[in-house]
Amino acid sequence: MSQLTRRGLLKAGVAAGVLSATGMPLMAAPKKGGRLRLGIAGANTSDSWDGRTHSDSFMIMCAHGAVFDCLTEVGADGQLKGELAESWEASADAKTWTFKLRQGVTFHSGKPFGADDVIASLEMHTAEGAKSAAKPIVSAISEMKKVSDHEIQMTLEAGNADFPFLLSDYHILMFPAGEIDEAIAAGNGTGLYSVESFDPGVRFVGKRVASHYKGDDAGHFDEIEVIAINDSSARMNALMTGQVDAVNRVDVKTEALLKANPNVNIFEVTGNQHYTLPMLTGTAPFNDLNVRKALKHAINRQEMVDKILQGHGKVANDHPIGPANQYFAEDIEQNDFDLDKAKFYLKEAGLTELNVDLSAANAAFSGAIDAAQLYQASAKGAGININVVQEPDDGYWSNVWLKKPWCACYWSGRATEDWMFSTAYETGVPWNDTGWENARFQELLLTARAELDSAKRKEMYTEMQMLCSAEGGTVVPMYANYVDAHSTKLANTGTIGNVFQMDSSRLMERWWFA
Amino acid sequence: MSGLLRIIVQRLLLGLVTLFVVSIIIFVAVNALPGDFAEAILGQGATEEAVTAIREQLGLNQNAFTRYATWLGGAVRGDLGVPLSQALFAGNFGTTATGTDVITVVDQIIPRLKNTLFLAGVSAAIAVPLAVTLGVLTALYRNSAFDKAMNVSTLSAISSPEFFIAYILILFLAVLNPVFPSLSNIFPGMEFSERLNRTMLPALTLTLAVTAQMMRMTRAAIINLLASPYIEMARLKGLSPMRVIVKHALPNALAPIITVIALNLAFLVTGVVVVEVVFVYPGIGQLFVDSVKIRDIPVVQACCLIFAAVYILLNLTADILSIISNPRLRHPK
Repeated sequence: MSQLTRRGLLKAGVAAGVLSATGMPLMAAPKKGGRLRLGIAGANTSDSWDGRTHSDSFMIMCAHGAVFDCLTEVGADGQLKGELAESWEASADAKTWTFKLRQGVTFHSGKPFGADDVIASLEMHTAEGAKSAAKPIVSAISEMKKVSDHEIQMTLEAGNADFPFLLSDYHILMFPAGEIDEAIAAGNGTGLYSVESFDPGVRFVGKRVASHYKGDDAGHFDEIEVIAINDSSARMNALMTGQVDAVNRVDVKTEALLKANPNVNIFEVTGNQHYTLPMLTGTAPFNDLNVRKALKHAINRQEMVDKILQGHGKVANDHPIGPANQYFAEDIEQNDFDLDKAKFYLKEAGLTELNVDLSAANAAFSGAIDAAQLYQASAKGAGININVVQEPDDGYWSNVWLKKPWCACYWSGRATEDWMFSTAYETGVPWNDTGWENARFQELLLTARAELDSAKRKEMYTEMQMLCSAEGGTVVPMYANYVDAHSTKLANTGTIGNVFQMDSSRLMERWWFA
Repeated sequence: MSGLLRIIVQRLLLGLVTLFVVSIIIFVAVNALPGDFAEAILGQGATEEAVTAIREQLGLNQNAFTRYATWLGGAVRGDLGVPLSQALFAGNFGTTATGTDVITVVDQIIPRLKNTLFLAGVSAAIAVPLAVTLGVLTALYRNSAFDKAMNVSTLSAISSPEFFIAYILILFLAVLNPVFPSLSNIFPGMEFSERLNRTMLPALTLTLAVTAQMMRMTRAAIINLLASPYIEMARLKGLSPMRVIVKHALPNALAPIITVIALNLAFLVTGVVVVEVVFVYPGIGQLFVDSVKIRDIPVVQACCLIFAAVYILLNLTADILSIISNPRLRHPK
């Protein structure tokens, strides 16, 4: 590279896509205009603009990604930034948080946005009889005080350093106070696109708001049309024939066909989505740590990534923290596929042979039964006989998960370590699907939660991941990528968010027509 | 005509009884499905408390008989109820599902039914003339190469599953030669020509699925009559074979043809489920699939009732038309 010229570097860089990854400004400024058409799976006739009920990709894209805003936002680079909140600060114990809100923001109806809207929107999640997936986040707030129209102070029951992070959750959308019912009916938010038409389970059309606080940096399309295409062949066809510009959830089985099409690009990110095989640690033989260790060494993770995910994933290490988390510890010791180690731990447990049932259904994750059979084959060499029990898809989550001693499960992951751990790994929480209890882990969990010093938190979360990996009750074979595809007519900054699919569901905000 | 009127009334009443029986079967069948709405909607969050709470709120914990009686009582008054999903959301606001602005099953079904009827209409407009013409032509040139080719091709089309035909059509008419869009996402306010264009591929799929039966019936009915003395008379008069068939044979063959057309029209409405899913056509079939997926029983039941009613009504129409087309039946001795 001795003859490197500026022009040559740029050329080579463009060809390799290197510069875009380093964030150098090589792309021309985003072009404005056009009508973006998306084909999105995960739509239901029961869809509505009520953020509390959102769980599938269609509404998350439309509400969180276009029509509504949260207080905070995770950028494409994984850094937290303000969305409707401009800035925030915490007291030393991370218990009291003061948020300064952006000024001059209006809802699509014209109503100005202020502190009252924040309070009303948060209270939606704890209202009597309301069902909200974000209830645990909001109910941790013991007091909300309006300091001024654009400043609000929230006091938490216990310190939580991640609190601003949690407010970026796609359930916690900001609605106009006093007219929340109407806003849910009509889709009245502060987002980049206002609702032109919405037919649940069928289609959403949005129009770029004329003047928006995000200015020219985001929302480059004039109009967006999100079409519900739950059938995967129909979705792929729509992209191949140019009737939509991008689709989510690429069917990896037909991926080769998409790749053969010169007008289509596949884009994928490894986020926190992971598949798990939780064992009830209170039940024999899983109450024996050596048995758990033996099982963790008897699984061929790479084979699973290759065969179940067709390579669209990454080997995981028996803890739930993923590449989209801030304190993901990539370099801790990997539980490897080693039958000698498996045999060794089996012997430590006083066994020469182990017979266990593994309950699986494709409701747990696509390919779960195949995965269980691969596990069965790989574990055989260590004297572990896994009996794969095929469970019915219906009622899987109420009859099998949390009930059967060993089963298949999936987690989409959480934005923060604390949230993930306290959802499914903390002692005594209802979704602790292994019943695992570990005093040191629990102590770290509580300390790290209130710790504001990032270096200390990193240390603690690393230790927690190690504890899970070495002693926990869950076998986590792999992270599943978010695999989406777009037409070559679309362009992006080169940095794609990995919190959720479709550029963390913000493709409509961040992309443009090249 | 009073005899005809009596038959119509009698058949309508019988239809009602059939509907009632169908409603019981639907209810039993839907209840026999493993899992229920609460479990389906909660997914992984289906812990015991959450499931119980939703069942209680929506009355799913009542016994099956009470639920059926409540539903039937409403349905008789024309109130098909509120989709469970909507009722659940209404609960989220602390309001009940009886408010005026709640989306009812009827609200949800009507626009979808219109779309499905549009698709059925377009398909029928292509399929019926095509099938009858082909039937006449194959009868005319029976046992010729043309006849055999037509029989083989239409029978192959009907023997393939619809989704397969759909994908073949997509391959040839959307991917390789982009003539029609593979996505049939029609919406209100769309221009008629565009709507027609987008409906074309599903309509062609349905056409291929129903043509064979109508064509074969037309052909068979005509050929049956060709041995009759009056046909021989017509031939002896020196009429052209085409005229013999169209003017003399066809009117007398109408009754069986009408019956089979009516049955196929019913199929165009009730058999669209797979086709609608493949082409993302927002009709009642797609709604039906989505509702079964989340076990939204009121919607599933309403869809089934509509399907059943369409079958019954079209069969009735077929009978009446056969009677009208046959003077011997019109004036029974």
